[in-house]
Amino acid sequence: MSDERTTAETPIDASQVRYDQARYVENGQYEPLLSEKDLTRVAIGDADAGEEGEATRVDSPLPDDLTRDSLELPELSEPELARHYTRLSQMIYGIDSGPYPLGSCTMKYNPKFTEDVAALPSAAVHPDRSERSIQGTLELLARLQDYLGRIGGMDAVTLQPPAGAAGEFVGIRVAAAYHEHNGEGHRDEVIIPESAHGTNFATAALGGYDVVSLPSNEEGRVELEALEAALSENTAALMLTNPNTLGLFERDIEEIAEMVHDVGGLLYYDGANLNALLGRARPGDMGFDVMHYNVHKTFATPHGGGGPGAGPVGVVEDLEPFLPAPRVREANGGDVDYELFDPDHTIGHVHGYQGNWLVLIKAFAYIARLGDDGLADASAKAVLNANYLASQLEYDVPYEPFHHEFVASAGEQDAADVAKRMLDYGVHPPTTKWPEIVPEALMTEPTEIESKETLDRLAAAFNAVAEEGDEVLEDAPDRTTARRIDQTSAARNPRLSWQALTDDE
Amino acid sequence: MHGSHETGSPYAPHTDDGRTAMLEAVGVETAADLFDIPAAVAFDDEFGIDARTERETRRLVRSVLERNDELTELLGRGHYGYYIPSLVDHLADRSEFLTSYTQYQPEVSQGFLQALFEYQSLLVELTGLEIANCSMYDAATALGEAATLADRVRDTSGHRVLVPDILREGRRSTLENYVAGTDLEVETYPTADGNADLEALEEIVDEETVMIYAENPTIRGTIEENLSAIGESAADAEALFVLGSDPVALSVLQRPADVGADVVIGDASVLGLPTSYGMGLGLFACRDDYLRQVPGRLVGASEDATDRRAFTLTLQTREQHIRRERATSNICTNQAWVALRTAMHAATLGPTGMVELANRGVRRADEVAQRLDDLEGVTAAVHDRHHLREFVAHVDQPAQEVADALEERGFAVHVVGEHELQLCVAGVTDEQLDAFVTAVSEVVR
Repeated sequence: MSDERTTAETPIDASQVRYDQARYVENGQYEPLLSEKDLTRVAIGDADAGEEGEATRVDSPLPDDLTRDSLELPELSEPELARHYTRLSQMIYGIDSGPYPLGSCTMKYNPKFTEDVAALPSAAVHPDRSERSIQGTLELLARLQDYLGRIGGMDAVTLQPPAGAAGEFVGIRVAAAYHEHNGEGHRDEVIIPESAHGTNFATAALGGYDVVSLPSNEEGRVELEALEAALSENTAALMLTNPNTLGLFERDIEEIAEMVHDVGGLLYYDGANLNALLGRARPGDMGFDVMHYNVHKTFATPHGGGGPGAGPVGVVEDLEPFLPAPRVREANGGDVDYELFDPDHTIGHVHGYQGNWLVLIKAFAYIARLGDDGLADASAKAVLNANYLASQLEYDVPYEPFHHEFVASAGEQDAADVAKRMLDYGVHPPTTKWPEIVPEALMTEPTEIESKETLDRLAAAFNAVAEEGDEVLEDAPDRTTARRIDQTSAARNPRLSWQALTDDE
Repeated sequence: MHGSHETGSPYAPHTDDGRTAMLEAVGVETAADLFDIPAAVAFDDEFGIDARTERETRRLVRSVLERNDELTELLGRGHYGYYIPSLVDHLADRSEFLTSYTQYQPEVSQGFLQALFEYQSLLVELTGLEIANCSMYDAATALGEAATLADRVRDTSGHRVLVPDILREGRRSTLENYVAGTDLEVETYPTADGNADLEALEEIVDEETVMIYAENPTIRGTIEENLSAIGESAADAEALFVLGSDPVALSVLQRPADVGADVVIGDASVLGLPTSYGMGLGLFACRDDYLRQVPGRLVGASEDATDRRAFTLTLQTREQHIRRERATSNICTNQAWVALRTAMHAATLGPTGMVELANRGVRRADEVAQRLDDLEGVTAAVHDRHHLREFVAHVDQPAQEVADALEERGFAVHVVGEHELQLCVAGVTDEQLDAFVTAVSEVVR
């Protein structure tokens, strides 16, 4: 960190912090599987009930040749299930458990009221309902499209993609359709910076494109000369995250946009880091043609243990005709206020229906709650928090000035071990070993929801670990439900179901 | 203090003193100084979105959604509104389940990993296949992933993906998008009353065929009777046999593994989710031959340092965050929490309850079809097949006219032909069905 920064007095003594996660042990094992508590075999049709132990017979009204013989699943009482799932929940660390500075994932506090509005009975509608009977659903979608368009500086938005990567896929398919429509179907390359999210590469490949990888310059940004060399008449698009995964703003964005547009390519904005820009800059104003929004990140909808999220896509006017079908719009007269329609040159569906509706409700409610001031404030405090936390760390942070996230280096320590040890201090560790530009990377994103006091505790945990030796780190964690887990044997001898565990014995 | 702010994010708990100390430590005067954005691209306008209190926001969302009509939905065709036990809502909403992310640190995520392992195990039992991943977005994207899997694992070249001619538009179109980056082409085979026209299919299948897709039950609610034969056709052509189904149907219908299915896809959210405007849970199970080529996340059992069994995400070298453009799929955020809800719902039912739920779908669809068939102007079902949950009825009047009249009386039904309605009994109570039959009797002539 730069010298003029001062280190505030840390009021937390990390050695006095001890975290113990819930742990049940029964017969030498943690919480048993449902199948170990009970496994009931139900025989169907004419199956021989006695063949494999006791079985309950259930007759089916269907002929035997169309039905299975039996079904074997746990049969437990409701109280037993309530305890099982309560115990499982206690063996999970969430954002409500403590700090979760997982870089690039933007783990923010999720307001509880959004769960209530998503659970409204009036939200539970079948996707094949007539337009006139679901005007509320269509209006909410239209209003969310409008909000997102304003926030991103985009002319049109689709809400169909069910996740960020699905949004990327829409971006790539829209780009392909656009080029094809203009007689430029020969464009077969997508340029992606080395430091980009792995989904960018996978998405471009899924779309049938060759990936041209772009190195970063010494400052950690796009190297313009390398970009110049990569661009050609074969360029379909450049996929860019801004700020990038080092938290750095691509200052040359105007020039980058011009260079991409000059060869006829499109500029794609990966919205994973949008939380850093709310109310300060908009992808549309920077020259991006298409972008996705990770509403589960930027707009505090719960990540649900890995989903569902939603990945709406915004585009400039020229690309609107290619968006997925159907879209929602205000009706121009007629007996409804809102209607569905298919854009003229639509790529069709990217989801069976209209994406993750319940997540979209939560995003809408979050944006409506915060408004202009709240969104800009969230962004300002997210950036302040990242900068403050970094200023308190003993670990080196090689690239700056960063925005909402930074990448520290664990130096001589193994970043994965550092992460395990941080768990013992009651905090979720940062993303580790990525981006690879920084050796033993600790990619850290505290978000706006942490107070100075919490950031001090977080810094104390980081710094305590920084002082610890390899022996302690390699033995960590020991205060979590499970101790260090053997990842290698899990991959070498895959056991992916309780049936596989039984077969193993 | 935290509740007293008038502007700014209500979820950023900074005090004035704290903020001042932080700014000082960083060495700037205001947070705005930390933004490294060139003036030319800085945004200095407003979105024009007013902030609201929590109470006002709740009222806003409620008032918008109240514009939805309250209708009894006799709608199905792949998306069902079964009753969800309260246990599912209350336990799945525990905040550790809701507010955690992908289990990158398994030592503090055992609870979720175990729940997903149990979800995978549920699908293994239902399909008879050895591997199930812990979710895709929905049935349509799972079908797309099945096709790209077929493209990767099939030894010989070929480009034909065969699907029934009545495949839902949303699924067909999503599939087309998923294969757009490959040489695969989607073609259809004919069906009759929902089921595959086996003779026609056998004529169409050739060595260029990489995948045959069938559904059971079909989109028209009928039970596919020729699964083994379709499986044999696929095997003869060395094509992947991909079967679409769902957990309720699979509780009683022929086990996919027994009819030669290589992959099973479908929407598993028939258990655990209400009719959430089509939000889903992509089921994906396959034979263990494709272990290294499976898309999506897998949870595996391992041991921790105390030699106790523990769970972890595994075989991640297939995934996009490791292998980038050589990954088996670009999926990252999936539907984990929905998978949790599905597993909870299935556990609440148990095997007896699952079978009973499916059987009820057969019996009630039969009963309602019979009652409608007794009405003048209705023929139900239009076919002489077995069906589950739903069926197609012929109405002498234009179907849209009947559907509109039923909607005015509070019932939503599918129009699937000029004179054809499709009616689904899943999630509808006996009283609602009685009222529905009465409504139909008033509408038809």
